[in-house]
Amino acid sequence: MAPEEEIAIEEARVDEAVERDSIAISVRGLKNSFGDQVVHQGLDLDVRKGEILGVVGGSGTGKSVLMRSIIGLQTPDEGEVHVFGESMIGRLDDEALAIRKRWGVLFQGGALFSTLTVAENVEVPIREYYPNIGAQLRDEIAAYKIRMTGLPAEAGPKYPAELSGGMKKRAGLARALALDPDLLFLDEPTAGLDPIGAASFDEQTRKLQQTLGLTVFLITHDLDTLFSICDRVAVLADGKVIAVGTIDELLATDHPWIQEYFNGPRGRAATAAVARESGKRADPPSDGRQ
Amino acid sequence: MNKVADLVEEPRDGGAIVRLSGHLSIACLHDLPARLDALAGPVAAIDLSEVSHMDTIGAWTVHRTAKRLNCDIVGGDEDSLRLIQTVGTLDEPVSVRPAYVSPWQRVVGQIGEATINAGATLLGLLGFFGSTLVASWNVIRHPSRFRLNAVVQRFEVVGVSALGIIGLMSFLIGIVIAQQGSVQLRQFGMEMLTINLVGRLTFRELGVLMTAIMVAGRSGSAFAAQLGTMKLTEEVDAMRTIGVSPMEALVLPRTLAVVVMMPLLGFYASIMAVIGGGFLCAVSLEIPPITFIQRLREVVPITDLWVGLIKAPVFGVIIALAGCFQGMQVKGNAEEVGMRTTSAVVQAIFLVIVIDAFFAVFFTWLGWN
Repeated sequence: MAPEEEIAIEEARVDEAVERDSIAISVRGLKNSFGDQVVHQGLDLDVRKGEILGVVGGSGTGKSVLMRSIIGLQTPDEGEVHVFGESMIGRLDDEALAIRKRWGVLFQGGALFSTLTVAENVEVPIREYYPNIGAQLRDEIAAYKIRMTGLPAEAGPKYPAELSGGMKKRAGLARALALDPDLLFLDEPTAGLDPIGAASFDEQTRKLQQTLGLTVFLITHDLDTLFSICDRVAVLADGKVIAVGTIDELLATDHPWIQEYFNGPRGRAATAAVARESGKRADPPSDGRQ
Repeated sequence: MNKVADLVEEPRDGGAIVRLSGHLSIACLHDLPARLDALAGPVAAIDLSEVSHMDTIGAWTVHRTAKRLNCDIVGGDEDSLRLIQTVGTLDEPVSVRPAYVSPWQRVVGQIGEATINAGATLLGLLGFFGSTLVASWNVIRHPSRFRLNAVVQRFEVVGVSALGIIGLMSFLIGIVIAQQGSVQLRQFGMEMLTINLVGRLTFRELGVLMTAIMVAGRSGSAFAAQLGTMKLTEEVDAMRTIGVSPMEALVLPRTLAVVVMMPLLGFYASIMAVIGGGFLCAVSLEIPPITFIQRLREVVPITDLWVGLIKAPVFGVIIALAGCFQGMQVKGNAEEVGMRTTSAVVQAIFLVIVIDAFFAVFFTWLGWN
């Protein structure tokens, strides 16, 4: 068989699989526990390609643990995790490498490497996975990634200790986006930011998601973020996902925690704010980059 | 999904057409950027009609080439053109590393910085000593504010818990001195002088000095780390707003504990070192313990004990102050706690040895030889 044909068949097979399976992340029957404390029990969740999924839940309901289970930092006691159709449980690091290259993670505090400048931080994944990219091009890639997340050009040669909290998050986002991932994990991206900074971070996330066709898994406590940029919201309670859907769908359920969460004083304020601005955002969610 | 990016150059009149094909994404670029860089031109246009997929890195590669060769981009689909346009708007030089400084300049700068730091630290330490004295005076005037519980608790942490390690260390040092001394003295047939060596050296110098080094490593570092963490979590600020003086509540009990414990630990260390020396004398030089003790009483003047015991509380003040001072200087991030802890131990040991040298001269001048 000629290599061209082989590639064509391979591509056709993959395309078919993609079409059949428009799910980016699939979690089934996940169980996580620390000692006696059971965090997740029988947790199911699907993240569709090209959507921004917000994950909410009270403190200690295991939002971060769920993210860590998906990205392989935490091995669950039971359950299945598939990312882009590949099982992530019990995989050796280099087997999962192909998948790892396709996601970027923004940790809560930014988790920038403190001995490297912002630009060098962004270059780390490129250097690690694609040593064939020349130094000059790598510097240029880091430069536009930094500008893409809304950081000023002066931030490039600065060390993380010289940055404010909001700038650290943006620098972390730039590093997460270094390899042009298909999937982006954000752990409380707007926590600790002032409302203006948080709003501009949300807008940036939305813009990037649309330009790059990203799938975003977003853990947040920020009701404004949920209302303004999330396509769907998953609610974690009692060790499971008790509901997934658009905010309107969630409001239609009668679970007391969900009602309290969205209809509490802060929830109402956020709803009102969105109602006021509803004219400004009419973009439908992007459906992947193809 | 892998389709390696490729390029074909079609010469034409008025500039070549460069046709790109395949996936222009980071995983499939391979040597394409280098080949694009090698294009000398003149190039009229870059044709993207055979590109099946593009990410921002591919878009950037196309953008920079088009910019360098000053040519058009044709044939791309809407998504590709949008990406190229997006990265094009972000085209602005960003420096990756801080500006280069020549080694000469850097070394001179570092020396200057270190000098200023050393001066500032010394001044700060003096100031801190002053504040501790003021706090002590306040507590003396209002004895009800004295925190007995805190002090007693520190006694245990600084003193009692250190007995094991200090005892073992001193015992071994006693053995080493006796062993090394006896080897040298044997050449003159004066093995009995080993007892003088062990007795005088440990009571006068080594007992207290080694104790000070151990306490600086155990407690001085702990003080810096504890206070540093409390500064970070704003516990110290909370204390101030409630009206509790951190100097009285945190620094004074720790200082007092070390000052009281140092002479006791120093004496204990000297005794353990002498026992170690005596043990070696009995085993290897066949000097019976009774003879050893008798001889010790003859050759070690009581002033040697005073020399050691007078130095001990002074060393204690230095260790506690260095630890607490560095801890209280922490601000910013957790990394600084580690840095300050290191400085606390280094400064404490350095200052202890400096003061020890002054003491040696002073006691000789007193005639306590």
